[in-house]
Amino acid sequence: MSMMQYQPYETEDGRTIGNTLMEMKNITLRFGGVVAIKDISFDIREGEIRAIIGPNGAGKSSMLNVVSGFYNPQEGEVWFRGEKRPQMRPFEVARLGIARTFQNIALFDGMSVLDNIMTGRLNFMKSTFVDQAIWWGKAEREETANRQKAEEIIDFLEIQAIRKTPVGRLPYGLKKRVELARALVAEPKLLLLDEPMAGMNVEEKEDMSRFILDVNDEFGTTIALIEHDMGVVMDISDRVVVMDYGKKIGDGTPDEVRSNQEVIDAYLGVAHD
Amino acid sequence: MAENTAVSGVPESVPALLARNVDEFGSKPAYREKEFGIWQTWSWAEAADEIEAIALGLLALGAERGDYVAIIGRNRPALYWSMVAAMKVGAIPVPLYQDAVAEEMAYVLEHSGARFAVCGDQEQVDKVIEVQETVHCIEHIIYQDARGLRKYDHTRLHALADVQAEGRAAHERLERELRSREAELTYDSTCVMLYTSGTTGKSKGVVLSNRNVIETAKNSSEFDHLRSSDEVLAYLPMAWVGDFIFSIGQAYWTGFCTNCPESPDTMLTDLREIGPTYFFAPPRVFETTLTTVMIRMEDAGKIKKRLFDKYMALAKRVGPDLLDGKPVGGMDRLQYWIGDKLIYGPLKNTLGLTRVRVGYTAGEAIGPEIFEFYRSLGINLKQLYGQTEATVFITQQPDGEVRADTVGVPSPGVEIKIGDNGEIYYRSPGTFVEYYKNADSTRDTKDPEGWVATGDAGFIEEATGHLRIIDRAKDVGKMADGRLFAPKYVENKLKFYPNILEAVVFGNDRDMCTAFINIDLAAVGNWAERNNIAYGSYQELAGHKQVMDTIQAHVEEVNRSVAEDPMLSGCQVHRFLVLHKELDADDGEMTRTRKVRRRIIEEKYADLIAALYDGSSSIYTETEVTYEDGRKGKISATLEIRDAKVVEPAGQAQVAAE
Repeated sequence: MSMMQYQPYETEDGRTIGNTLMEMKNITLRFGGVVAIKDISFDIREGEIRAIIGPNGAGKSSMLNVVSGFYNPQEGEVWFRGEKRPQMRPFEVARLGIARTFQNIALFDGMSVLDNIMTGRLNFMKSTFVDQAIWWGKAEREETANRQKAEEIIDFLEIQAIRKTPVGRLPYGLKKRVELARALVAEPKLLLLDEPMAGMNVEEKEDMSRFILDVNDEFGTTIALIEHDMGVVMDISDRVVVMDYGKKIGDGTPDEVRSNQEVIDAYLGVAHD
Repeated sequence: MAENTAVSGVPESVPALLARNVDEFGSKPAYREKEFGIWQTWSWAEAADEIEAIALGLLALGAERGDYVAIIGRNRPALYWSMVAAMKVGAIPVPLYQDAVAEEMAYVLEHSGARFAVCGDQEQVDKVIEVQETVHCIEHIIYQDARGLRKYDHTRLHALADVQAEGRAAHERLERELRSREAELTYDSTCVMLYTSGTTGKSKGVVLSNRNVIETAKNSSEFDHLRSSDEVLAYLPMAWVGDFIFSIGQAYWTGFCTNCPESPDTMLTDLREIGPTYFFAPPRVFETTLTTVMIRMEDAGKIKKRLFDKYMALAKRVGPDLLDGKPVGGMDRLQYWIGDKLIYGPLKNTLGLTRVRVGYTAGEAIGPEIFEFYRSLGINLKQLYGQTEATVFITQQPDGEVRADTVGVPSPGVEIKIGDNGEIYYRSPGTFVEYYKNADSTRDTKDPEGWVATGDAGFIEEATGHLRIIDRAKDVGKMADGRLFAPKYVENKLKFYPNILEAVVFGNDRDMCTAFINIDLAAVGNWAERNNIAYGSYQELAGHKQVMDTIQAHVEEVNRSVAEDPMLSGCQVHRFLVLHKELDADDGEMTRTRKVRRRIIEEKYADLIAALYDGSSSIYTETEVTYEDGRKGKISATLEIRDAKVVEPAGQAQVAAE
């Protein structure tokens, strides 16, 4: 068995959507007797923004955790870049080029924004503990290169003003942006965003949408995101998977999903005449 | 560059000054910009090389003599370079306010007929592209920051780096042309065109020649003994004449270094890191900083607070005298020295003002308390009075003669006279050439002998020769009973309270004065927090009973102070209301330099003004607002109108009897 094959195409706004980057095949995930995900298959193509939506408790976060390798499904296969992915620990997944943000922000509150972002470069630090302590030659060069990458991302996300601020003192919207920055410095192939707009006001949502589109456009990063806000999802995604009670009930472009009767009934509510 | 040097040996254009600086200061820093967390530096030689490349690139794109080149963006070296590069090819740079919405830009771009627009980033490019739907003069857009622009149609859109690369590649072909165009620049050729902020009506394009810019830069640099080792922070809008004179005029004349902040939000951090020696800020910046300091001191521990209060009281008493070199007792000197170690020094360091040798404030009147606060710390803050048409300088305060209520003596080379109606006129080497495509306005403003009407009313103090400004000549009016009406005078008094951000006083041809008040969200919000007062929005806070009480107390205090001057006692505020939204430039209520546009406010809030005069105690109103991205919305509110106590002046009966 291998992954789905697609012909690359160019979108209206000039981005190139390539072949399959990741494919989930017949995934089933159970916690004891509870079935969180039931026989779901979908794929993520290179360069696209792929959304997973669904009502509360539909299994979206579980699905993202399967993609990120945090959960290991009882049934089904995860294929990444042409190979079947074995069971992995989170740091091994990170080395494959998958980075993520969390629904309930997971940053180090006592550390500065810059230090938090630098932790995202962990996989690029090859010098040994002793090298680091002496901080000469390789270790110094490495730190400079990592800092440069971190600064590029700080510039990109426009958070220069809070570079030295401890994360604990930041408002929620900015913390979310710092988390995105930490994921981005890892230079991921695939970026997973768990409810990037949750708890934000309209302006913050607009900013975040802009950043997500810019990341995709500027770095060519493939993005899979979970989101509650339908408006945002429909605006920025190329394709959408809709889940309900652990099952996939729709998959396609925003327009297709919007006109899918099952999706309308389950997620948007049944229309009454 | 011998061919464009005047007989006197003075270089006759800004590009010629650049060439001189490369010879004299070659490896000294000319520009710094913080990027990627590090201050990047360009020496005069390096900057000249970058400018040369942009100029050649502009030639390659077909720039002609006399073309207008719009410059839009925040203060960045590359945009300053683009201005000088435009001058080199014989074109005229026109810097625009970067926060202007597309419609406002359309007017300036169309009026100037700009063929090129150099933009800082995508936001500005988007606006210019939007403008292009109606304005067709713009042929090429050049941008610095490529982010988000990769997928745009690039047939008429170019990255600045590409323009430079093309210019460098074509230097063999174009250098001769560039040299000859540079050589054509004279003292009387146009240096720059700057649009006035337009307090009344549409803004006008003020044409300034090399003579205006260089003579003014020379005179003012000598006045304050500026030198090539000085440092300035360029953070005020590039479209404003002050920034042009400081960051290009004086910088090129004296050869000092211009530092650009990393982003608008990091201004205060960058200020602290650079520690400028020559600093300029409008009163608002000083006010905001002082408010922040005071708010933080409110939250400080008891010991710190007590130390701060004790030494600030001392500083207030002796600081200004020390700064002016007046005699101060030995004990006070010792105390002040201790205060400097404990309080003033660290405070100045936090504010980034430790190294300031010369500091200026202008544009609006500054509150005496605010002004004295900075001077008492030992910061040589001075006032100047100027306008775009004068290439900034009309009057300024010499060291040792600094007072809060005057704007100083005429700048070197400037003559001043006061008209019959009290209006101030001046004549100087910096007097502008003309308003672009507006001969009528030029004639109205500048008479054949070169005297320019400032539109401000004022008088010269006999004893000191200092100029005092009363108000905008147009705004000074008469009340229904013939008493003098000077709104700005009262508004400034009101604005000196930290709780009041903005005030607009009405009363021309009326029987009494009334006022709109804008609260300062930072100050009032902090007060609310400390007093456990909950509020959900600006509007709710503004209408809170206790806030209204506080504002009423302020208004009544102002009334008492206004009543002391028999000439102006009629200007006491009888009734007022607190506005439900901040006055905003995006809504056209203020200029981009944050001056109130009276006529527009009078029209827009006619219902509120009517309510102020018909005696009602509250009014329901709906107001249209424009968001930063240009969308419009509506907010509605019911506003309370309060009566304020007024003081009956002793001389009132006499005035009324006239």
